[in-house]
Amino acid sequence: MAETVLEIENLRTSFNIKGNYYAAVDGVSLTVHKNEVVAIVGESGCGKSALALSIIGLHNAKTTKLEGQVNLKEQNLLSLPVEKLNKIRGKDLGMIFQDPMTALNPLATIGRQIAEPMDYHMKLSSAAKKKRVLELLGQVGIKDANRIYKQYPHELSGGMRQRVVIAIALACNPVMLIADEPTTALDVTIQAQIMDLMKELQRITDSGIILITHDLGVVAEMANRVAVMYAGEFVEIADVNTLFSNPLHPYTRSLLSSIPSNMTDKEELHVIEGIVPSIQKLDRKGCRFAPRIPWISEDAHEDNPTLHEVEPGHFVRCTCYKEFHFPEDQVEDENYVTT
Amino acid sequence: MIKFILRRTLIMIPQLLLLSLIIFVLAKQMPGDAVTGAFMGNPNATPEQMESIREHYGLNDPWYVQYGNWIGKAVKGDLGQSYTHKQPVTHLLAGRVANTVTLSLFVLIVTYAIAIPLGIIAGRWTDTWADKLIVTYNYFSFATPLFVFALLMLFLFSFVLGWFPSGGSVDVRIETGTWAYYVSKLKHLVLPGMSGALLATFGTIQYLRNDIIDTKLKDFVKTARAKGVPEGKVYTRHILRNSMLPIAAFLGYEVTGLIAGSIFLEMIFSYPGLGQLFIQSITGRDFTVTTAIVMISGTAVIVGTMLSDIILSAIDPRIRIE
Repeated sequence: MAETVLEIENLRTSFNIKGNYYAAVDGVSLTVHKNEVVAIVGESGCGKSALALSIIGLHNAKTTKLEGQVNLKEQNLLSLPVEKLNKIRGKDLGMIFQDPMTALNPLATIGRQIAEPMDYHMKLSSAAKKKRVLELLGQVGIKDANRIYKQYPHELSGGMRQRVVIAIALACNPVMLIADEPTTALDVTIQAQIMDLMKELQRITDSGIILITHDLGVVAEMANRVAVMYAGEFVEIADVNTLFSNPLHPYTRSLLSSIPSNMTDKEELHVIEGIVPSIQKLDRKGCRFAPRIPWISEDAHEDNPTLHEVEPGHFVRCTCYKEFHFPEDQVEDENYVTT
Repeated sequence: MIKFILRRTLIMIPQLLLLSLIIFVLAKQMPGDAVTGAFMGNPNATPEQMESIREHYGLNDPWYVQYGNWIGKAVKGDLGQSYTHKQPVTHLLAGRVANTVTLSLFVLIVTYAIAIPLGIIAGRWTDTWADKLIVTYNYFSFATPLFVFALLMLFLFSFVLGWFPSGGSVDVRIETGTWAYYVSKLKHLVLPGMSGALLATFGTIQYLRNDIIDTKLKDFVKTARAKGVPEGKVYTRHILRNSMLPIAAFLGYEVTGLIAGSIFLEMIFSYPGLGQLFIQSITGRDFTVTTAIVMISGTAVIVGTMLSDIILSAIDPRIRIE
């Protein structure tokens, strides 16, 4: 196995809501290796972005409680004072944000914004900085680097801006990259281009990447391993081929069967009823997915669900996967005959 | 940038012309005219005499003829004769304009010198005791009428403590142009200036505080933190620059407030500026003086707005007109 870059151990991120702390990320452990892309998937509100922001320490310190460990280069990022964390952010740890329309400062030139992390992490002359910025712009596939260097964010398209955001994350050669839904805010053709770019860059930089997304297409294309997240917990972790060929957890199976594909055009698309419970209302005892699969008997769930290693490298939470079936499979003769 | 400034300045010409037209027509609509103003309460003036004076000064001509005469001379720097003071308006205004401009600039500079740091502190350290103190001061300054506050200041610092003179713009016994002359001018400026500034800060403080609180949560600030930018630099390089935009936009409006404020201040501190003269000229129906002063105030607002635009375009690349 390749060298470990990032190790998250039992991370718990809780937010203060009216005096009480509620965990949005609830005991997550994950290891990312060099040159590996780990995708974290789940629907909106499951805690993916909260996890990403916890790793890089961008939550409001006053209203957020972080427990557990996030180890990068033998340092626990959670225990570092912000001054020391600033030496790591932008240098060893790069972040790619979701919405390129708002992630750039509207009042500063592109060149200035890409050069900024170098001001704090690299000792370079201004000529060398400019050279590196132009080089980075080339790397992220911007043709007219000299012109873009002097331009402002509002003069660029969304796709171009996302390339700039990626260039900023790469500026100081990070060993670890966190991409928080890097393509969500872009339209489909641009999404594909950005994904190609990320793959290309990953090949060149061999940094570890955590890719946060709710797009299973992106996962299939980019990831080596996948962690499926539900209500603040990982419910299934597996390498990408296993996950798509042999999904076990009911949530993973439901997610996969709710993707439209050209093979299933006559069938009705699966819908997971309900929504992710809010962190205040979440029942933290028992299987958290149970309320959304009410047709599965309660006995199928564990009292305190844990991750089980069902085969090497493939983890599944709770025992309900053994008895899980889709409701359609039982009642197809009555309700699901379409007219 | 130079092109922009040039173009922005040229736009002022039609603005000023339109302003002069509106002011002239409005001033003509005031009840009474210079003649009734000048002979108010004088039982010896017969209506016939007054009519002949009107005829003599062209006050019976149609308004557009009067306007034409007035604007034609005004562009050459002749604002006409004051009916009450019997001397050229330009001569009457000269010294007073300088005084009012000095006072207004003093108020403006002190206002920003107080408001910008306080706004930054309140915005950056929201909900701390410092923020609460600043917000309290803000409510106080917003709620206090200038004429009450200025009188209190006058009473306390001039009458009770005797630290500053109670009126005038300079000590008349001092020779013009000496060091002592300027010190005396400054001494006369402090009390009216501080009274105006301490109450004028609320807009800037409130805008700045709210905008910083707003900008703090923007995504690009997260990007900056993710780059490892130290907290102080996150503010100076990213948040404050963006939060200065509404303050710059507010400058034009601030100038309007200054003009209204200076009328009160000059009356209370008997500071010989335009404000005092303005009130006198309105009560005396001194038509030429009134229009001239309103014209000057209006010009100040137009210039203030232009400065806002130039500063905004210097900070914000998005609004530079190509």
